[in-house]
Amino acid sequence: MIAIIDYGVGNLFSLQSSLAAIGAETVVTGDPAVIRTAEKLILPGVGAFGDAAALLRQNDLDKLVCQEVAGGKPLLGICLGMQLLFDYGLEYGRHKGLGLIHGSVQPIADYIPAGLKIPHIGWNALRFPVRKPVSPLFKHIKEGDCVYFVHSFCGTECEESVIASAEYGAMLTAAVGTGQIYGVQFHPEKSGATGLRILQAFCEL
Amino acid sequence: MITKRIIPCLDVKDGRVVKGVNFLGLADVSSPVKLAKFYSDCGADELVFYDITASAEGRALFTGILTEVASTIFIPLTVGGGINTVDDFDRVLKCGADKVSVNSGALKDPTLISAAAKKYGNQCVVLSVDAKRVDEQFRVFAKGGREDTGLDAIAWIKSGAANGAGEIVLNSIDTDGVKAGFDLEMLEAVCDVVDVPVIASGGAGCAEHFKTLFHSLPKVDAGLAASIFHFGEVSIPNLKRELAADGINMRL
Repeated sequence: MIAIIDYGVGNLFSLQSSLAAIGAETVVTGDPAVIRTAEKLILPGVGAFGDAAALLRQNDLDKLVCQEVAGGKPLLGICLGMQLLFDYGLEYGRHKGLGLIHGSVQPIADYIPAGLKIPHIGWNALRFPVRKPVSPLFKHIKEGDCVYFVHSFCGTECEESVIASAEYGAMLTAAVGTGQIYGVQFHPEKSGATGLRILQAFCEL
Repeated sequence: MITKRIIPCLDVKDGRVVKGVNFLGLADVSSPVKLAKFYSDCGADELVFYDITASAEGRALFTGILTEVASTIFIPLTVGGGINTVDDFDRVLKCGADKVSVNSGALKDPTLISAAAKKYGNQCVVLSVDAKRVDEQFRVFAKGGREDTGLDAIAWIKSGAANGAGEIVLNSIDTDGVKAGFDLEMLEAVCDVVDVPVIASGGAGCAEHFKTLFHSLPKVDAGLAASIFHFGEVSIPNLKRELAADGINMRL
């Protein structure tokens, strides 16, 4: 069973539906007991980094998630849920993240040429890093497949963890992974068949 | 880079797709769920659903259908029609919509755009505008294009984007239904004043019109159409392959 961690941010309808569509058993929960018994965890999220990090901390879910992944439980952060895995974020001030992925979350605007629209929104192709094996998360897809992005901030200073990027005036971090901890900046639950294949690969970890 | 999007639009009334759909091989051509699945499988990059129901019963049916579509199809969904309040945003977002399109609702109450953007984020708010040439001006029309509001479309769109609309759908009444191509002149005037994505609507009759659109106006992000897709005059997979072969970045 996969626990989709509910800490009061975002609409989890599509995420739950997409996992149901590939036959995965899920529960949307903020209950520590349920999170402990789950085989895998998904950390979703939309909104601002600081608010979400505070909500996670309010219920000690930050500590629980870190404990669970330390024991080897697979974790997938999605969109803001991916950004929260980083050391800190710079959205409306500096806020501490979970520190599971080394690096920081910074405005896209600081990295791309002026004139490109922000947010980075729409379908963009995944590029895999050279000199690294393809991540298990992408075993059912191929480089160049498109996924759906909506974001104004991105993971930076995280080169060793990057498992995919997307070109938008610069190479933006599209996905990170270290051990059994994964994060995707895009929305697999809105990325058609490619997105479902990525979720499938996560379920198979 | 971000791909250009091809978006079919479905008008739904009392739970059924209306405005003529004529597909070979689709048994139930007016089922929104089946049509949505068909388009998603064809490679549509996004779907737009317009609720043209007037009754409360029809509205409840629509949200039920939206829930079913969003449980089956995993691409971005935009919903429009009957969106007058922030509660209306809430109603359709809970059913799985990703973006909500406002038109008459924003004309009646321009603060709707900023209120919704504040609550759900700019990326969630789409400003849809029906515009037509009147006295050498692009004029905003209301009530499905029947009523001249007297508003200048370019100024209205500019203020809409400044107030938090994250995307603009521009439907040119002048080219709509004519199938002679998109309204490039009107689209260019809009692209010049906003830096949010602009979706072109009205006038597409063949693949060539999409080519012209994306080549001559690189700032346009997407092309939207209804009947040419519904009647199979333009097939989405063929269109996207043709555009890609012509150097336009598409999701294939």
